[in-house]
Amino acid sequence: MSTDNNHPGSPSAKHFDILVIGGGNAALCAAMTARESGMDVLVLESAPKEFRGGNSRHTRNLRYLHEKENKYLTGPYPENEFWDDLMRVTKGKTNEELARFIIRESNDIGTWMEKHGCRFQPAMRGTLHLARTNAFFLGGGKALMNAYYAFAQHLGIKIEYDSEVVDLDIQYGRFLSANVKQQGGIRKIHAKSVIVASGGFQANLAWLKEYWGDSADNFIVRGTPYDKGKVLKVLLDNGVKSVGDPKQCHAVAIDARAPKFDGGIVTRLDCVAFGIVVNNQATRFYDEGEDFWPKRYAIWGRLVADQPDQIAYSIIDSKSIDLFMPSVFPPVEADSIEEMAEKLDLDSNGLNETINKFNKACKPGSFDPGELDDCKALDIDPVKSHWARPLDTPPFYGYPLKPGITFTYLGVEVNKKAGIIMENNQVAKNMFAAGEIMSGNILGQGYMAGFGMTIGTVFGRTAGKEAARYVSKLPE
Amino acid sequence: MSANCLNEARRVMTICNSCRYCEGFCAVFPAMELRRTFTDQDLKYFANLCHNCRDCYYACQYAPPHTFDLNVPKSLAKLRLETYEESTWPAALSGLFRNNGRAVLLTTSFCVLALLLITAAFNGFSLPFETYTGEDNTFYQVLPYKAIVSSFMVIGLVVFFCLMKGFLKFWQATGESLKDFFNLRANITAVWDVLRLKYLDGGGYGCNYPDDKFSMIRRNFHHGVFYGFMLCFTSTAVAAFYDHFLSSPAPYPFFSLPVLLGTTGGISIVIGCGGLLFLKEKMDSAPADIQGLSMDVGFILLLFLTSFSGLLLLLLRATPFMGILLIIHVGIVAAFFILMPYGKFIHGFLRYAALVKNAREQLVNKTDKK
Ligand SMILES: Cc1cc2nc3c(=O)[nH]c(=O)nc-3n(C[C@H](O)[C@H](O)[C@H](O)COP(=O)(O)OP(=O)(O)OC[C@H]3O[C@@H](n4cnc5c(N)ncnc54)[C@H](O)[C@@H]3O)c2cc1C
Ligand code: SF4
Ligand code: SF4
Repeated sequence: MSTDNNHPGSPSAKHFDILVIGGGNAALCAAMTARESGMDVLVLESAPKEFRGGNSRHTRNLRYLHEKENKYLTGPYPENEFWDDLMRVTKGKTNEELARFIIRESNDIGTWMEKHGCRFQPAMRGTLHLARTNAFFLGGGKALMNAYYAFAQHLGIKIEYDSEVVDLDIQYGRFLSANVKQQGGIRKIHAKSVIVASGGFQANLAWLKEYWGDSADNFIVRGTPYDKGKVLKVLLDNGVKSVGDPKQCHAVAIDARAPKFDGGIVTRLDCVAFGIVVNNQATRFYDEGEDFWPKRYAIWGRLVADQPDQIAYSIIDSKSIDLFMPSVFPPVEADSIEEMAEKLDLDSNGLNETINKFNKACKPGSFDPGELDDCKALDIDPVKSHWARPLDTPPFYGYPLKPGITFTYLGVEVNKKAGIIMENNQVAKNMFAAGEIMSGNILGQGYMAGFGMTIGTVFGRTAGKEAARYVSKLPE
Repeated sequence: MSANCLNEARRVMTICNSCRYCEGFCAVFPAMELRRTFTDQDLKYFANLCHNCRDCYYACQYAPPHTFDLNVPKSLAKLRLETYEESTWPAALSGLFRNNGRAVLLTTSFCVLALLLITAAFNGFSLPFETYTGEDNTFYQVLPYKAIVSSFMVIGLVVFFCLMKGFLKFWQATGESLKDFFNLRANITAVWDVLRLKYLDGGGYGCNYPDDKFSMIRRNFHHGVFYGFMLCFTSTAVAAFYDHFLSSPAPYPFFSLPVLLGTTGGISIVIGCGGLLFLKEKMDSAPADIQGLSMDVGFILLLFLTSFSGLLLLLLRATPFMGILLIIHVGIVAAFFILMPYGKFIHGFLRYAALVKNAREQLVNKTDKK
């Protein structure tokens, strides 16, 4: 491969003011902001145009501070409540200064988004519990990305697809140029400043294996296959300070039949709380009814990952089939436990025994899927704290579960100006980061719905502004 | 009805139903959300509830080249065409929907030629080329009054009957009984949806037509055609009234009610159809069902020609061209009427049925919730 430096007529011949690495929400928010400050901006997206937008193309809503209700949000969401919610999910593992900054800067961010092409819709059926705090994108994240790309183009931002950044030239904490893989060759691109918004490394199975061993082979990546963490690795190898537990990832239990990558939202399953979950030894391993599913689904990824072959089966009976969002793959249906065991390739006696024991342990109560009800199975290990009803009304339905990884927590440390911090605690002058790649600063653990896009939007804008400020102060 | 089309629509709707990101665009997604599984009847109903705004294609993270290969507008359009065929009465004519453009061309040529021959047989060949004053009974010197009125009465009645049969066939194919149709509130809602073209507005931002940008342009052109058609329809009714009850036969002076209505309507249709054809020529065909293209174009072109020839007739009615133009115009109008049940025109009827069904089930759903 040739290093094609300053090829005349190609963008590499030119020194851009700002290079943005990535093509998701954070990258575009950064690029648009920088461009609006008069900068010459190049965006490099490793995906082809059809798959542009990273994990952001799979999203549906974002959460932002607002003192008053508006057209799309049913009531106020004040700072204190936002903060409390964050403390609850992270159990205090957050950088308070940055977290407060994000919350405040998210104030009425929907207005800025709309000015840049975003269209919202009021929350509808099924998502009403988020109607006050989260604004929904009309058509979802891909529609948002389409709108942002159109706006970016209209602003005069240069965008190149199929352009994976593979290396950065960083000297003494200073970015000089990037090597990008394009059409089979490597091109060097110079810019006065760089904004890294290339997401996490969840699509890099080899890297995941460093922490998870071979079980990572059985993980499904819920989002884009292009978030491989290449730039993250380059940064860490070049003396950038890391943040976040490298072993941690946000993983949920999803349908095992999902495609390896990019299955997105539809592969989720909401049936777990209404039945039992067994591993491939036909034994239960965790309290299925510990809490409402939206509060628990994120621990089930890890739970399933800890089972042999990283697989589990959720089994319900006909009493519960209409209680949750329909699944994308049809359930395995059986008229008897034996038939179910055979279809799921489980030991028939074992499954029978597990279910009999469970059925006997179920204490009668008044079943209510909308409440933490009093249907409990306590004389059994593990217990089932709520919604425990005997599996006794065929047909039975089974869904295979696998861990589906949403994003990783390891990232680069930044300050309030989105400036990347080096291992010696110096702030890099011309390197900024936004989005998933720095969300570990705020989300030490846990997650709350719609916050990933908030982090990306606020920090994207901040990075764009600060990078532009830096460049405009440079001597000509 | 092919199992392929139904299965594909079912596959697509099953994926959408566990996603639901597009629920703000139109009525299809909220209707889908009322169900967990989809019968053939449901799918045929969805196919006609879809207004083909294409917003959900460009918004879909599963659109090709994704492995799910999801294309809601295209899948529903394919099925929609099959529901047209299935609802055709008499069924033997359902083949006309494929290669519809050829049917339009042949029928129109046939009508014009037949008229020409009939006129010639009655009046000799010279008459069409005489100069007329454009007043009094001159139209009927070319085409005999009784012949025109009686043939249009017959065509009108037969066409109306076929349309109603088709409508009913579709209504029942969506699993409804006739009496369920007569629900006043549902009909009022549906009429209001039609008059606003509610579901071409993509949640307030318009269609992704002709390309991935949101735009109201197609909705506006469609309004031009729809309201233009209504004006022409009214114009004809007023003219019939003048003729029958006021003994004042056509042609009418320019500043008379029928001519003013007809002219405004005609211009509106010409602009609307012209615009729609122009957009169709430019459109991104990825979310489109190419098999239906010939039907769409054939219909728009025919409607365009109906109005265009009418306007030309108005302009040149005091010249030697009047005779031949009249024959061409009346021939095209006849073809338009004859083809109503066998072309794109029926989309209005089937969509109306779907809108009534939708209004009905959403009303029930709302009362249930209370
Ligand atoms: C199914 C699903 C649903 C979700 N729903 C929501 C939701 O509703 N609300 C919410 O707030 N969050 C949601 N999230 C989380 C959310 O997707 C992320 O928090 C957010 O998208 C991160 O944005 P980002 O711009 O940092 O990263 P991404 O959107 O992933 O963008 C990273 C970009 O960098 C590019 N890239 C990667 N490496 C390179 C390289 N070497 N060179 C060039 N380009 C590169 C990628 O192609 C991609 O375009 C969801 C996640 C998933 C998987
Ligand atoms: S078209 Fe795509 S994005 Fe829209 S609801 Fe269906 S699956 Fe979801
Ligand atoms: S094409 Fe438009 S009208 Fe049809 S289903 Fe999609 S969003 Fe609805």
